[in-house]
Amino acid sequence: MEILIPILTLAVLGLLFGMGLAVASKRFAVKTDPRLEKILGLLPGANCGACGGAGCFGFAESILSGKLSIDACRVSEEAVKEQIAKLLGKKLEKREKKVAVLHCHGGNRRVKERFTYAGIRDCVAANMLHGGPKACAYGCIGYGTCMRVCPFGAITMSNEDLPVINEDKCTACGKCVAVCPKKLFTLVPLTKMYAVRCNSLDFGKKVTEVCSVGCIACRKCEKACPIQAIKIIDNLAVIDYNICDNRAECFKVCPVDTIAQKINKVWKNRLD
Amino acid sequence: MNAAQFLTIFISAVFIYNVILSRFLGLCSFIAISKETKPALAMSLAVMFVTTMSSIITWFIYRFLLIPFNLTYLRTISFILVIATFVQFVEMFIRKISPPMYRFFGIYLPLITVNCAVLGVAVLNVDMFFVNSKAVAGSFYYSTFQGICVGLGYTLAMLLMSGIRERLDLANVPKSVKDFPLAFIIASIMSLSFMGFNGFRF
Repeated sequence: MEILIPILTLAVLGLLFGMGLAVASKRFAVKTDPRLEKILGLLPGANCGACGGAGCFGFAESILSGKLSIDACRVSEEAVKEQIAKLLGKKLEKREKKVAVLHCHGGNRRVKERFTYAGIRDCVAANMLHGGPKACAYGCIGYGTCMRVCPFGAITMSNEDLPVINEDKCTACGKCVAVCPKKLFTLVPLTKMYAVRCNSLDFGKKVTEVCSVGCIACRKCEKACPIQAIKIIDNLAVIDYNICDNRAECFKVCPVDTIAQKINKVWKNRLD
Repeated sequence: MNAAQFLTIFISAVFIYNVILSRFLGLCSFIAISKETKPALAMSLAVMFVTTMSSIITWFIYRFLLIPFNLTYLRTISFILVIATFVQFVEMFIRKISPPMYRFFGIYLPLITVNCAVLGVAVLNVDMFFVNSKAVAGSFYYSTFQGICVGLGYTLAMLLMSGIRERLDLANVPKSVKDFPLAFIIASIMSLSFMGFNGFRF
């Protein structure tokens, strides 16, 4: 008899709670779209956040509610995107593929160090100390923070301590753009073959003192370009990629080889 | 029931017998969610809520069910049953009522369901505030307050830990101790420093 009391007590307790939970789960059920799981399964799951959603789950939610378009995901393959579009009964709009481009051609060969930095080998940390050890205050520090932050392993460091971007792996997620303390990366359409590889806003004299390939704002490129696609803004040549159609005039005329050409997916100036 | 007793409970639960750093309860969430301050704070709030509520519920279960039927030896299993049910219910409730709140700390609730810190508080309350199967005067208030204080102690440990780990994330540490090994080392050093509180006894 004595053993019956605890058994019954626990059984009744368990039964009550079980029933309570069952009722509650019916009462407080939240309706979820069955397509959500399917879309989430198709997305890459890298949770890079480049789409503007909070990870892949947030993105799946916002394409269901129509806040973001499927196109916003820069990582998924086209075929996968079409699958998702089919699931939603929508049509996919095509968008130009972009890649990250580094706007510095300095590296440790051309730009000297103004002090010996012995702290953490991290660009963000180094930048906090007087803008890092490099003589050029605008140039690449070269400690590879972008390499470590890239979720796709698309960035490697060259022997000149400059990041090199593998265009096949780059998905233009924008992580390197965000992390670089010098703001040296921009996303440039894959088809564009010329880029200004300098970010210095200093005057010509100061630039040449610290770097042999820095933009001295001589305005030769501005005059040479027949379609006004390149302009000097704040002592720096800037290409407007909405206009530029790879005429190479700026590349040919640049006296300090700041403007580089993409050859076999690698950025090279005339001296390299 | 007097103010001094409450002060004693507060200081011993938060500092001297800190649930994580001295009693070593709830370590899994302490290591797993202390990488950044914001989720750590959300988790701590969730834990504080659950420890408080479970202190209240288990007190009623113990006082009005287990003691009258002479079943005090069943306290562990019945406490787990009650706490798990309660946490599941709260999770469903929050999810329905307030999606933003669910996103803020609802996702941590399933982690707390079987957190040893929560069961630890319930068992501790019973050990401290019931003598010979009789409730001490004011034991309900003491239990509830101890639930809050243990949650506070958990919050303190989580905030300290996540602050340290956020900074250490930038540091250049050997690859072999990066992340979790380093977290264990920090946790042990913090625990050693909390041993210093053992000096004042009440």
